[in-house]
Amino acid sequence: MSRRQVTRWLGALAVLHALILCAGFFAPNDPEEQDRERPYLAPVKIHFVDSQGHFHLRPFVYPTRLQTGSFDQFEEDNSTPLPLRFVVAGPRYRLLGFIPCRRHLFGTDGARLYLLGSDAYGRDLFSRILYGGQISLLAGLLGATITLSLGAGIGAIAGYYGGWRDAVLMRTAELFVALPWLYLLFGLRAFLPLTVGPLEAFFLVVAVIGAVGWARPARLVRGVVLSAKERDFVRAARGFGASDRYLLFRHILPQTSSVLLTQAALLVPQFVLAEMTLSFLGLGVPEPVPSWGNLLASLQQYSVLISYWWMYLPALAVVPFFLGYLGLASALQEEGGTGKIEEAPGGSPL
Amino acid sequence: MSARVLKSVISLCLALLAGCAILFPLPAAGSPPQTTAPEELLKLSGDIGHPGGRLVVSLRAEPKTLNPLTAVDAPSREVILGAMQADLIHINRGTQLTEPALAKSWKVSPDGLQYSLTLRKGLRFSDGHPVDADDVLFSFRVYLDENVHATQRDLLIIGGKPLTVRKIDSWTVVFQLPKPYGVGERLFDGLAILPRHLLEKTYAEGQLAQAWPVSTSPSQWAGLGPFRLKEYVPGQKLVLERNPYYWKTDSNGNRLPYLSELVFLFVPSADAQVLRFQSGETDVISRLGAENFSALARQQRGYTMADAGPGLEYNFLFFNLNDLNEKVSAEVAGRQKWFREIKFRQAVSAAIDREAIVRLVYQGRGAPLWGPVTPGNRRWVDASVAHSPRSIEKARGLLKEASFSWSAGPDGSTTLLDAAGKPVEFSILTSSSNADRTKMANLIQDDLKQLGMRVQVVPLEFRSLIDRVTQTKEYEACVLGLASFDADPNSDMNVWLSSGGTHLWNPSQSRPATAWESEIDRLMEQQLAVTSFAQRKKLYDSVQEILAENQPMIFLASPDILVGAKNTVGNFRPAVLEPYILWNVEQLYLKSSTENSGR
Repeated sequence: MSRRQVTRWLGALAVLHALILCAGFFAPNDPEEQDRERPYLAPVKIHFVDSQGHFHLRPFVYPTRLQTGSFDQFEEDNSTPLPLRFVVAGPRYRLLGFIPCRRHLFGTDGARLYLLGSDAYGRDLFSRILYGGQISLLAGLLGATITLSLGAGIGAIAGYYGGWRDAVLMRTAELFVALPWLYLLFGLRAFLPLTVGPLEAFFLVVAVIGAVGWARPARLVRGVVLSAKERDFVRAARGFGASDRYLLFRHILPQTSSVLLTQAALLVPQFVLAEMTLSFLGLGVPEPVPSWGNLLASLQQYSVLISYWWMYLPALAVVPFFLGYLGLASALQEEGGTGKIEEAPGGSPL
Repeated sequence: MSARVLKSVISLCLALLAGCAILFPLPAAGSPPQTTAPEELLKLSGDIGHPGGRLVVSLRAEPKTLNPLTAVDAPSREVILGAMQADLIHINRGTQLTEPALAKSWKVSPDGLQYSLTLRKGLRFSDGHPVDADDVLFSFRVYLDENVHATQRDLLIIGGKPLTVRKIDSWTVVFQLPKPYGVGERLFDGLAILPRHLLEKTYAEGQLAQAWPVSTSPSQWAGLGPFRLKEYVPGQKLVLERNPYYWKTDSNGNRLPYLSELVFLFVPSADAQVLRFQSGETDVISRLGAENFSALARQQRGYTMADAGPGLEYNFLFFNLNDLNEKVSAEVAGRQKWFREIKFRQAVSAAIDREAIVRLVYQGRGAPLWGPVTPGNRRWVDASVAHSPRSIEKARGLLKEASFSWSAGPDGSTTLLDAAGKPVEFSILTSSSNADRTKMANLIQDDLKQLGMRVQVVPLEFRSLIDRVTQTKEYEACVLGLASFDADPNSDMNVWLSSGGTHLWNPSQSRPATAWESEIDRLMEQQLAVTSFAQRKKLYDSVQEILAENQPMIFLASPDILVGAKNTVGNFRPAVLEPYILWNVEQLYLKSSTENSGR
């Protein structure tokens, strides 16, 4: 029953991630290309009925132009409908990062399509959300991998060897939980060279969120290891002269797998959120590269907050992903049974 | 017969009385006993308002002091110069011309070295103490005293020597300048006349710089401005009340100001100020960004929004042209050979889409700039500076002439290479607290991408940005803005002189690094010494043309002054000079004062 649930959630997540992974194909526009004639353009209206009242099976859009004397009010030009087409040629991109390609899932001939409107520079928000997901999700996944490997390693050592190693490692873990990370990050940023390229900034963010969060999984793993090493079959193996290394990898660590998997499903959304927080505050990936966090950064301005509702949409983009991961976590937990989560997962590590 | 005579005598008397009433308007009820001869008051034209009421204004920060000698922060200057103090000769913010203030008239000697000013008779400080020439002498002695460190001192040192002040009689003072001074009587604007009777003792004790903190008790404070100190609530507000001894009247002879109270609320952020204004807590709002302005204009709930046109603020991009120590910042020094190339700077300038900046950053409420003098500064703008439209072609041509070349990438992108084959990439600093300038930098980044330059925008906290630009000089390029406090070029001396501290691209040089910088130095010194406007204008025009040619600063755009006021505020006439709304605060009134004073 619950195994079926796990596969169902996994399937949903796979679809969502494929969407982000092939952002270039699904996005109709280049995420960094500015259209200075169309700042803050509202999401495009997709029509089936034209201005003469005729019904068309193929949906179409009208090109927009700025109303004279205005800066953010647009009007549709009814004279030239642009039918939506599928698999059209558009701006160049690299599929999966290396296959040069020009085909996009949908678009129009001749004009840029703003499915979810545009931002202050006239950049297509829909494309930016898709491309931004690449940064944010990758940061979450990489960060979670780093955290879990650190956590599993440290937790296993602390739990298995005990004694002074346990004391030192667990006190360090407490220190990490207690540190005010956000302020440390602001400090850290001041020491770094002034110009951090998008790639460096990305790995910096990943390293930071990965290094910060290991304390909680380490504690969980330590708990599991503590109880596992007293199991009869482990004692028996030790009696037969098995080495520490053999015991850890053969008998003890496999028992932590369900805890780790559940933790992973919980940590990924948490770290995506952490990346968003950092980028929102300007510590993440720099403009013009999109990420979910810096897409939301413009909402810091009151006038944007009240005037352009579609600027909120990047916040909604994370909802299906978070639902997917949290659903997966609870399904894993049900299935695992033994690997209970002793602690409620707290907020973000920051 | 006798009754007839009597009648005609009476009517004659009445006529005389009426004449008297016209010549000497009776003081308004409630004002203190007058010894001032009425002709010594300054009559202003404008709508006749009602007395009373309270105007609430928000300030971005608490004023640091009420002492005009030490006030450098914008809130202190706004409160002190706008509402609490008065000067001898004042620049009318509306007309940008000088007009009599505490001095009712002045004479200049033919050689332009001697200004003799006649004070209004019968003036009184806001505590009722009479004013005479000794107060003027005292004020200038204090301004010029090196130990006081008054911020005004620099303005009064002309050609290295201070001006001197002499008293002729109680109402006449003579100012002797060491050299002819182009600014002329504008010099006196903003120099408050201080109450000798309150400050002389503090001055003798050497404590003057510490005098008059914001927490001063109202009895220890006096000024000649339209309002006087009433109450200060730390962290919340500063309340001023009407100065009953103020020396201006309206055209009907009613003593100004109309308002009985002026309240400054401390509201730290621009967005919070908008919310306060929207909810009716404050009556006027200034320094609005275009986005907030249009958000307010769209809602229009009992207030009027006004676009006063381009102000004096000019925003610009500049490159690091300092003489850098190779060892300290080798990377920046290596890039400087591009920045020093005039054609490189001209190419950058040609590639920047200024119209887009005005449209996207200021939503069309601004003016593109090709020089430091904005269209708002009507008297000084040089019409002959070319307004060349954006041209990528021209930019590429200039770069080619300077032996730059391009290499094409696999996906159709191009990279600009210098003569040594190094790709051209640099970073632009902006202040992270200024969304407008960050946006400008992002647009420039995209513009320059079309030339194959790889530019990165680095938003930095303002203080560390200024530190990098003026102290450590570890930066490559930077977008900043400056706002002159006066339309006269003299207020920007510090920016254009190569020895100036605000000569941003290469500040505080011991001697000018380039020929054109020394030419600007010469022209600026010269315009200071000639007194005719036409001559000064010609000299300053040459400065503007040299700047346009050499592009040490690539001028971008100037925002309009955007303000708003409730519909109930009368005589609301925003100016493009600071203080935008409160410059005529003595004439502001509330149209239905009964409603508003009850608040």
